[in-house]
Amino acid sequence: MMGLRFVLYQLKKNPLSIIGVAILITFIIIAILAPFIAPPPEGHYDRYMIPRDGFSPTPQPPSEEHIFGTTEGQYDIFYGVIWGTRSAFQVGLIVIGVVLVIGILLGSLSGYFGGIIDEIIMRITDIFLAFPALILAMAITVALGPSLKSVMLALITVSWPPYARLIRGDILVVREEDYVEASRGIGSSHLRIITRHILPNSIYPTLIMASLDIGAVVLAAAALSFLGLGAPEGYADWGQMINFSRNWIVGPPGDPLAYWYTVTIPGIFIFLFVMGWNLLGDSFRDILDPRLARR
Amino acid sequence: MQLWGFALEFRAYIIRRLALVVPVLFGVSLLVFALLQMFSPVERAALYVTDPKQFANITEIIEKYGLNDPLWVQYGNWISQIFHGNLGWSKVVSLPVTDAILNFLPATLELAIFATPLIILGGIFLGSKAAAHKDKAVDHITRAGAIMGWSLPTFWLGLMLLMIFYGFFSGLFPPERLSTAMNIVVHSEAFTQYTGLHFLDAILNGNWQVLGDSLRHLFLPVITLTVVQLAFIMRLMRSSMLESLGKGYILTARAKGLDENTVVSKHARRNALIPVLTIAGYIFALLVNGVVITETIFNYKGLGWWAWQSAIHLDIPSVLAFALFNGILFVLTNLVVDLLYAKIDPRVRLGGQAA
Repeated sequence: MMGLRFVLYQLKKNPLSIIGVAILITFIIIAILAPFIAPPPEGHYDRYMIPRDGFSPTPQPPSEEHIFGTTEGQYDIFYGVIWGTRSAFQVGLIVIGVVLVIGILLGSLSGYFGGIIDEIIMRITDIFLAFPALILAMAITVALGPSLKSVMLALITVSWPPYARLIRGDILVVREEDYVEASRGIGSSHLRIITRHILPNSIYPTLIMASLDIGAVVLAAAALSFLGLGAPEGYADWGQMINFSRNWIVGPPGDPLAYWYTVTIPGIFIFLFVMGWNLLGDSFRDILDPRLARR
Repeated sequence: MQLWGFALEFRAYIIRRLALVVPVLFGVSLLVFALLQMFSPVERAALYVTDPKQFANITEIIEKYGLNDPLWVQYGNWISQIFHGNLGWSKVVSLPVTDAILNFLPATLELAIFATPLIILGGIFLGSKAAAHKDKAVDHITRAGAIMGWSLPTFWLGLMLLMIFYGFFSGLFPPERLSTAMNIVVHSEAFTQYTGLHFLDAILNGNWQVLGDSLRHLFLPVITLTVVQLAFIMRLMRSSMLESLGKGYILTARAKGLDENTVVSKHARRNALIPVLTIAGYIFALLVNGVVITETIFNYKGLGWWAWQSAIHLDIPSVLAFALFNGILFVLTNLVVDLLYAKIDPRVRLGGQAA
């Protein structure tokens, strides 16, 4: 087991991970301060719906009123990307949170009890892992009816199996430790053994994997939104904002880059958000894999 | 004697591995069937409706296909329909789903034929280069490139490429599969479509204009499909190579005076390739995921484009058939990969999971 302090110390030594942390902290601040950075207009019924300035289909370039310009249908890009940060964190945290609960629950059952329970749970994970994840998520979203909630449910459904497997593997190792045997010897209940002795000593890699998966989950959700299966029209969601730009990739003759802002700005937000998690993830991997770090 | 034992043991492994495939395929079909059950009998009848007029007799269709029967009877019916090649009706393209898949497959294959070697060879080359020069400039650049590539949303990358290479360099690399003029040529009497792969047909017909046009249209989708996954393999290859370079046999090779090139390419790289092979199945999955998005962006009419069209038009049979098709393909890919792996690395078939 590796102490948290050691991990933090190693992180501080690596410039890439510092960049990653800085990017993520910036996004956290944006998400928290969203109501002040991009205040919703008076009487706006839902803060997550991007305010519109008219209904003209042609995007408008950045101006004083709309500093990042507007998309088709006159949705304000600045408002969308700022509140989209909140949506991104929400999707990432909710999906990963639920996935963790399911994964830990099934993984512990599987690893601790073994036998037929283990066999059944592992065969179920086999089935879910037998599909390319995004394809299965797409089918589930369509089956549930396209919406942001369906996208999250679909991502939860396709994301839990690797977690159940990871935690099962780590529990199989810890299960044989002397302190577990000792606790069993003094007559502790299964629940107590799992929650007090096994999980605290085996959950660490899973938690790290989970925190780093947030970027990937947000990317997948954005992809589904981009395909038109996610958030309702006008919802502050990066993937959807890029979908809005699809018809405006090439400008009028003579000015091919006229609408650059519609695709570039929301894309940079997704890219930086995901890269923040990946930078952090890469350094975690190096720290946790001492075989590589030593050289 | 030794050889005989090897053959037996390998055969036992194959049988064990094949036996595992059957329950998974059954599970895959159950899962797709479960998704289908989220719809009412009327909606499910749409599977077999080929013409809106038939909706007048919807109760007959429900009756005919037994959509109100107990679940297990329905599953039996459904699976036997599939075994007879009836996956339902794709209303987006007005074709039976099976025909639609066969129709769109060549376009997607064309993408895969170009992208896969680029991804694998490029990833292996760059990854081992980075590892061999650890902490040098090459390593830092490829690493940063890998992290950035891996963080790029495929759909955004594709659109940006279009903006630059279709917009800014007016029409250099256009979307879709062929230009209108070439499309007419391809579908004319004089042009024989042997395979449905435009670039290959063009070569077989000796029509260089079509070939050029086809390659021009393939360029951006192939790049889009490659970048993200190249980053993935590169990263994996780098760490696998680093591990391999630290092994005793590398020390031996160096100690006996082999030059660095031989050590890296003959000794380290070959061993480092084994872990990369194990994720070949995963690469397939990434490729399929990427194809849906790439084809959507470039309006490139292949399987992924069809799946997307079906999804946004809530064409249930097509979306589920696409999932089922890819599920089966993925299971079979993993089977082949495992068998190859067992052939290369004897520890796998000897130790079961222990290796």
